[in-house]
Amino acid sequence: MTTVLLTDITIFVLALLVGFEVISKVPATLHTPLMSAANSIHGIVLAGAMLIAVTAHDALGYILAFVAAAFAAMNVVGGYLVTGRMLKMFRRSRSPVPAADTAPAVSGNGQNPAAGQRGASS
Amino acid sequence: MSAFDWVTQLLYVASATCFVLGLHLMNSPATARRGNQVSTAGMILAVATTLALVAHAGTVTTTGWIVMIAGALLGGGAGLYAARTVEMTAMPQLVSIFNAVGGGAAALVAIDDYVRLASGGVAESTTITTILDVLIGAVTFSGSIIAAGKLQGLIGGAPITFPGSRAVNIAAAAVAAGGAIYMIATPSVVVLIIIIAAALTFGVTMVLPIGGADMPVVISLLNAFTGTAVAMAGFVIGNWALIIAGALVGASGGILTKLMADAMNRSIRNIIVGGFGTGDSGPAVEGPGGDVRSIAADDAAIQLAYAQKVIIVPGYGLAAAQAQHQVAELARVLEERGVEVSYAIHPVAGRMPGHMNVLLAEANVPYPQLKEMDEINPEFARTDVALVIGANDVTNPAARRPGNPVSGMPILDVDQAKSIIVIKRSMGHGYAGIDNELYADPKTSMFFSDAKGALTELTAAVKTLVA
Repeated sequence: MTTVLLTDITIFVLALLVGFEVISKVPATLHTPLMSAANSIHGIVLAGAMLIAVTAHDALGYILAFVAAAFAAMNVVGGYLVTGRMLKMFRRSRSPVPAADTAPAVSGNGQNPAAGQRGASS
Repeated sequence: MSAFDWVTQLLYVASATCFVLGLHLMNSPATARRGNQVSTAGMILAVATTLALVAHAGTVTTTGWIVMIAGALLGGGAGLYAARTVEMTAMPQLVSIFNAVGGGAAALVAIDDYVRLASGGVAESTTITTILDVLIGAVTFSGSIIAAGKLQGLIGGAPITFPGSRAVNIAAAAVAAGGAIYMIATPSVVVLIIIIAAALTFGVTMVLPIGGADMPVVISLLNAFTGTAVAMAGFVIGNWALIIAGALVGASGGILTKLMADAMNRSIRNIIVGGFGTGDSGPAVEGPGGDVRSIAADDAAIQLAYAQKVIIVPGYGLAAAQAQHQVAELARVLEERGVEVSYAIHPVAGRMPGHMNVLLAEANVPYPQLKEMDEINPEFARTDVALVIGANDVTNPAARRPGNPVSGMPILDVDQAKSIIVIKRSMGHGYAGIDNELYADPKTSMFFSDAKGALTELTAAVKTLVA
């Protein structure tokens, strides 16, 4: 048992406890964005993937570095963007109200803001 | 420790702080977006710090740089594309894929480290964390891919078992455990590869027999695994940022797993050991007979339009029919008439934790109207009409009695509303495979139709009442 390992275990346990404390306060409404945010955060393994490259100097090392970097970057970028996209949809009140007062056409307009955003972002 | 090491370590601490603050800000929809930005700032800081570390090491070959950057760009591009184009109904699949690649990347980091060290002898503690990382990472990788396949409908959603599947599962676990013990004594890359193969097999045979209804638990559990794998990767390469971030994700996944399992009144072990889905549903409870009242759109519309308070109870059927926009439209028309509308969201209404909330938010439903089970249950007693759409087992009053497959499951107290309208295609059973006693309640009327069509009809009918 080395001191380094002991320190690592201490950090791990404390971080777990902080995680339980902080995350138990997230309301059920936000559990899906929470999971995708978690996806983005465990993308930190990108740092590990980059450090592979430091010592890579044969085909195997390069392949591992490449795949690991691709996997991790997918998490970082995808997790962040999709979380942002979902959170943008959570509104306190039915957004652009003006459209909602114009009789039958309302049905389409009521949804347009959301639809428009989807279109714009894709 | 050189000054450079000090600075990089402190920057890693700063980025970990950003992750914690970011998650903390997710405690309310009002601040959640800022939370996501804070997390991202932490991530950018961590990546920049690592870049500095890598450059400072000075040992990276040109090929190494190219490989690293190309990989990151490719993965980042794939993530960007997926994040922008994914339908909200397909979010569980995407999260599963993200779990898979996260677990995979964590396993690869440990594999690389081990392969490099194996020739020169590996410290026991490094071997143990490597094994843990590779095991958890590989199980997450294959298990999440199977889960995503099931959610996407590429693999049948029903529990899949083949003769000897349990045996294969146990054998894979035994091989992995045996290999692990051998590796601690004698460093060996070959054994590591055997362990990887066994773990991949275990992941597949673990998820295949799990039914569609249990998916919220499975995704949460695999999310927790991914976090743990990343933390183990942090142990292997001695990086605190990975340990802290991995632990945070592990905690998050763990909490969600527990919440989902509790919401179905099932233990996690029970779900993993398997086969709830369709098969082992226990003896069917004597249904109260076929005395259900059906209702036409016009009558249902009158009930809704002249109610003071309506609670909408959406279930997975609503999401499957992609009818979240239609239900939001009906709610809007009712609100214009002065009806108080809210939504009762059961924790497992959807295919992953919180899924239904996202679908309704996409349909422009304001989040204060989305009520959690504990919050909304006391309100049913003073509700004129409860409108149940595509939800079944989570509304079955039989859950309050012992002795049937849904016993003890927390349910929405829909039966306490003054009247109940159920939109449903047929009298088919839910996942638990039993009759829903709510349907036979004298206060209940059944509107037999698909969710989308029924809601459109209802909305049109309510509108004519206005005129």
